[in-house]
Amino acid sequence: MIEQISHAPRRQAPAKRPPLSLSGLWHSLAVRSWAYQIAVVAAVIGMAVYMVGNAQDAMERRGIATGFGFLGEEAGFDIGESLIAFNSENSFLRAYGVAVLNTLKVSVFSILFATLIGVVLGIARLSSNVLVAKLSAAYVEIFRNTPQLVQIIFWYTLITQLPAPKQAFSLFDAVFLTNRGLILPWPEADPVYLWTALALVCACGAAVLLLRWADRLRRRTGRRVRVVWWNLGLILAAPLLVWSLGGAPTAVSIPYLKGFNFTGGLAVSPEFLALLLGLSLYIAAFIAEIVRSGIQSVGKGQIEASRSICLRPSDTYRKVILPQALRVIVPPTAAQYVSLVKNSSLGVAIGYPELFNVNNTIVTLSGHTTEAIAMMMAIYLSISFSIAVVMNLYNRAVQIKER
Amino acid sequence: MSTTGSISFAVPRSAPRRDPPAREAGVLLWLRKNLFSSVYNSALTLLALWALFVTIPDFVAWAFVDAVWQTDDPAACRAAAGACWAVVAEKHRVMLFGTFPYDEHWRAVAVIAVVIAMAIVSVFKRFWSYWLFVAWLGATGIVLLLLLGGLFGLTPTGTHQWGGLPLTLLMFVGTVVGGMPLAIMLALGRRSSLPAIKAICIGFIEIVRGVPLITVLFMASLMFPLFMPEGLTIDKFLRAQIGMILFFAAYAAEIVRGGLQAIPRGQYEAADAIGLGYWQKTGRIVLPQALRIVLPALMNDIIRAFKNTTFVSIIGLFDVLGATATALEDPLWVLYALEAYVFIFVLYFVFCYAMSKYSERVERDLSKGRNL
Repeated sequence: MIEQISHAPRRQAPAKRPPLSLSGLWHSLAVRSWAYQIAVVAAVIGMAVYMVGNAQDAMERRGIATGFGFLGEEAGFDIGESLIAFNSENSFLRAYGVAVLNTLKVSVFSILFATLIGVVLGIARLSSNVLVAKLSAAYVEIFRNTPQLVQIIFWYTLITQLPAPKQAFSLFDAVFLTNRGLILPWPEADPVYLWTALALVCACGAAVLLLRWADRLRRRTGRRVRVVWWNLGLILAAPLLVWSLGGAPTAVSIPYLKGFNFTGGLAVSPEFLALLLGLSLYIAAFIAEIVRSGIQSVGKGQIEASRSICLRPSDTYRKVILPQALRVIVPPTAAQYVSLVKNSSLGVAIGYPELFNVNNTIVTLSGHTTEAIAMMMAIYLSISFSIAVVMNLYNRAVQIKER
Repeated sequence: MSTTGSISFAVPRSAPRRDPPAREAGVLLWLRKNLFSSVYNSALTLLALWALFVTIPDFVAWAFVDAVWQTDDPAACRAAAGACWAVVAEKHRVMLFGTFPYDEHWRAVAVIAVVIAMAIVSVFKRFWSYWLFVAWLGATGIVLLLLLGGLFGLTPTGTHQWGGLPLTLLMFVGTVVGGMPLAIMLALGRRSSLPAIKAICIGFIEIVRGVPLITVLFMASLMFPLFMPEGLTIDKFLRAQIGMILFFAAYAAEIVRGGLQAIPRGQYEAADAIGLGYWQKTGRIVLPQALRIVLPALMNDIIRAFKNTTFVSIIGLFDVLGATATALEDPLWVLYALEAYVFIFVLYFVFCYAMSKYSERVERDLSKGRNL
């Protein structure tokens, strides 16, 4: 059709090739982007080679051996608290293990507390009760607007100024708070507890399966089966059964004063306590803000709609507000968790033996600065990335599921 | 009113004012509505009141009533039941100025004044332009001159003598002033179409964000000298500053990137259409809009940079926290460390709270669609 109408000669103008010149080349987009990239990569590599070369020179001059062989050597120092047995005759590698476990220990407990306090405060801030809302707001402002390190040192100073064990604050003569830390009654070690814990985990797994089954049944047939009570019973009964089958050990070690300190029970060190408070109370303020903005992000219409279809207030909260708020809450909370784990390195300021602190000692004792720092960086990076991966999975679970 | 009055049949006369029913207004209603609206709320109120009743009187007694405000004799503090604020009165020079020579403290005060004045100027939108950045660079120069001395008859003072609030403020300003351009470059690099540049930027940002700040500072203070050629030593303060800048830039870059992504495609295309080059497009069209959008988020990072200046005390610089720790090495006053830390707690709070209130205002303006 077009060919008949158009009278224009169908001939393509020969592409005019610009004469090959330097300025022409420079104006070619492809050439230019290659040039930029090569220049930047060359600069980065050049700088790295130059710096590593300098470092090697320096180390040769000082006669420092390189390599990760030192990890097997005897550490020659003690660590104040550890989850696995450790003494100065163990290797540097084991010292790293102890340090990582200590970092994880304080991080896990801090994350639990921070989440708990943060969620409660976030909801309290939206309460219709003015007093509660204002108190929560004041907490958030105070803890968010002061450096975490100052907070940690403040808690540590406070704990070290508590009375000595002889004049300890006590609760029912069983829980003691002193300048040596917090001392709690604790069940005496027994293998039965391990099995009980296992039973609890299994019961939780079974409960999840039961919930899924009920959900599938409801979707397929419309029949509702209430499994809440079954689940609660399962989670309570299974561990109890295992515990009583194992002879129901009830021996509890209650701390008592002996000489200048407490014996028995579980002693939480002042360093751990201060770091736990510093990490969890600080991050809780941020989580409170995240939770508040998450709940506020749910449209008013959603809540009105759920009321108009006669959902109970509890169901409105559980089935309308929470699923939508979680989508907003999860990603920034994950970032806060990562930040918390990284800032557990501030334990160095009060002498809690976490990764950074122990690594400092290892640097000093072994002299392998580069390797030790690389090791520490790698460990921190892998912890951060693992949290990011887990939270991404969870995030995917709470995001909108579209068909 | 007069035009409608002629059309309307209604007699324009207001009903006599009546007082609202007693139960519907006043203090009682306010209490009922806000504190005792339900059984559950009443219980919460009572619980909160009880908690306040248990803590506040004791705290007030400790902090104010029984406190010792001024004495040069620690024994007087030991005798008192309350707080010993005298430790602050006694040690405030060390806490605020570190080991800076006593006779030169006026210079340290001038530094604080310059930084606060610049911060106040930056608040006003009419001053927002690239010139503000240049002004901050100039202010940094004046601060450096005041702290280093050696010119115009000022006694030279080395960086090893710096300390206290001037060091904290300089570290903070240096971090933001040095970090912002780097952050913008990293953010642009991460969105670049050139794969090699993109990869380098992503690698840098993700690695720095994956490790604690203290390890970055530790590396800067310990590894940096190792990587430099022999004979070249970089000042300890400068090394810490470089570490702080790199860390801040990696975080701020992600925020700037968010702003770049939020600019509609049409803006980029329009800039292309009128024949602007990459840098003109970025500098005149994209960045001014992107930076405004992300200002509240950026303020959060800036506040965090301020709080993070305390980390340099761990690698042995005497910022406010480090100087306070030094002041408390005095065995006579070490018992009153708690009071000293409460003091700097309040000091940091004043700075951060001011910044966070400002950031809230900017956010409100933005959400109302006002032009910044």
